[in-house]
Amino acid sequence: MNVTAIKVDNGVNVEALLGARQALTEAPEAARFKWRATCSWINGTHSRSTVQGFFGLGAEQSHKTEFRFDADHPEVFAAADNGATPVEYVLVGLASCLTAGVAAVAQNRGIQLRSVKATVEAGMDLQGILGIDSDVRNGFDGIKVVFDIDADASKEDIAALVAQSQKRSAVFDVVTNPTNVAVEVR
Amino acid sequence: MIRGARRGYPLAGTVDVVVIGAGHAGLAMSRCLSEGSIDHVVLERGGIANSWRHERWDSLVRLTANWQSRLPGYCYTGLEPDGYMTMLEVVEFIGRYARIIGAPVRTETTVMSVSVADDGYHVVTDHGQWRCRAVVIASGAHNIPAVPPLCAALPRSLRALTTKDYRNPGQLDDRGVLVVGASATGLQLADEIHRSGRQVTLAVGEHIRMPRVYRGLDIQWWLDAVGILDERYDEVDDIVRARRVPSPQLIGTPQRSTLDLNTLTEAGVNIVGRLVGINDGKAQFSGSLRNHCAMADLKLGRLLETIDAWAQRSGKSGEVAAPERFAATRVEDAPCLSLDLSSGRIGTVIWATGFRPDYQWLHVPALDRKGLLRHDGGIVDMPGLYVLGLNFMRRRKSSFMHGAEDDVRDLSAQLAAYLRNAVSRRAMRAAG
Repeated sequence: MNVTAIKVDNGVNVEALLGARQALTEAPEAARFKWRATCSWINGTHSRSTVQGFFGLGAEQSHKTEFRFDADHPEVFAAADNGATPVEYVLVGLASCLTAGVAAVAQNRGIQLRSVKATVEAGMDLQGILGIDSDVRNGFDGIKVVFDIDADASKEDIAALVAQSQKRSAVFDVVTNPTNVAVEVR
Repeated sequence: MIRGARRGYPLAGTVDVVVIGAGHAGLAMSRCLSEGSIDHVVLERGGIANSWRHERWDSLVRLTANWQSRLPGYCYTGLEPDGYMTMLEVVEFIGRYARIIGAPVRTETTVMSVSVADDGYHVVTDHGQWRCRAVVIASGAHNIPAVPPLCAALPRSLRALTTKDYRNPGQLDDRGVLVVGASATGLQLADEIHRSGRQVTLAVGEHIRMPRVYRGLDIQWWLDAVGILDERYDEVDDIVRARRVPSPQLIGTPQRSTLDLNTLTEAGVNIVGRLVGINDGKAQFSGSLRNHCAMADLKLGRLLETIDAWAQRSGKSGEVAAPERFAATRVEDAPCLSLDLSSGRIGTVIWATGFRPDYQWLHVPALDRKGLLRHDGGIVDMPGLYVLGLNFMRRRKSSFMHGAEDDVRDLSAQLAAYLRNAVSRRAMRAAG
């Protein structure tokens, strides 16, 4: 059998990531990051958030540019629908985190991806946020993520990719595990 | 034997090597040192095989079959090679070994401190002090229960036990029990306590699923035959991760039955995700249960593929039952995410969250920031200091009784060479 080495390229610089892992093992302080966002009210339920600076590797860092996100509620909530609802941003965060993880793990495992699509759906009973039933929570009653992945790999290897991506996902951890949240007023 | 050994050795003195711990690993090392005529003493805080004797629950039996029980120059010769030893039998098995090899053991001698001295180490015990040129730490990896910090938030009304304190369900009140941890210990305790008629909730994080028997043979037979147990620490991709892999979900019973999450679900145990918080008297469980189960199922699938491929290659396939695949771990659509610990329905929490080694007495700069020994396959980052029995220390089997022999042969050879070189270094210094 002829074996031809095909270079797998999912656009992920695994060498750099592994290098960072090594460096941060030796310098645990540099691994401590702070992520930030700023949100300003515009009108009604419409707000605009911006993201640019963060802290990590022992210093202030910055995205190449400032990213802006409009959030609002849809018209069925009698709102102006100037942007995605905040809970949809949570789904965006989860899906993009898992998808990035799939690409990184695939690169590391030598699996060429052709397409990856995550479809996310979360259930929510509005009786919670509207205060109708105190037994109903405000948040999601469950989240379902379905991946459609076309790649040079077996069904089991693809399942393992997705499993490993969940294991290493920050947003998956944020939504599946409790986090202390301190909200203060200046 | 112990008295004889005591008469034969001074209460404290000077030896080439001090071995700390008279469990299977320390005794195996003693046997290899004796073979090389290396002067040594084995210091034991309690009796021989002390942890097996005093720090395990009543119903525990070994997870490896009797035929696998072997130590240098010693093996199981009983009538039940396919059986699994009870703790009493383990204590007897190791005690007999100590007698046969005539190990110079000082029992009831607790090491209080090991520090660096001229040309070696200074070992302080509650029965005098020892000077030695080398030290072998064989005190095990399971000294202190690794209880997560969130245990501090448990309601006071609850009784908390570690697997070191747990003996049998008779110790518990009649209320429900939360077992935290789903390796072999957590599953066995959940099973036993559930059978005693108590409501059991089992918190499950990452785990390793294995059938007791595969294609008619004990899974440990396959792991051994395929060479998985012999994989070396310097050959695996990520040894740090490999050393953190939890112990497989196994139980040793005469029926050679499999104990997995499906068995427990069927019996009526409440399976929940990893315990991740305790807030207002409520335990919070992770929503990651499905993924943890999926990962364990996938990992089991890969293991069985490896075994089947080996069976095919080696010709074993023809002699054993056909390959089989096991049903995926069943996870409820919406596993419970919290449990009220202050309602009075739960009486006990059992931490089956593993152990860590105790090095409080080790006053030698050889620990990393996590308090673990810096070592290269058991050769500690300090001249003349060695360790035994840690998880995947030199080989995947390093922490098993049957894994001691290869490690001890390697390390006793290293140790002997170290002592010889130290002599020639001294001679050169004296001559120079």
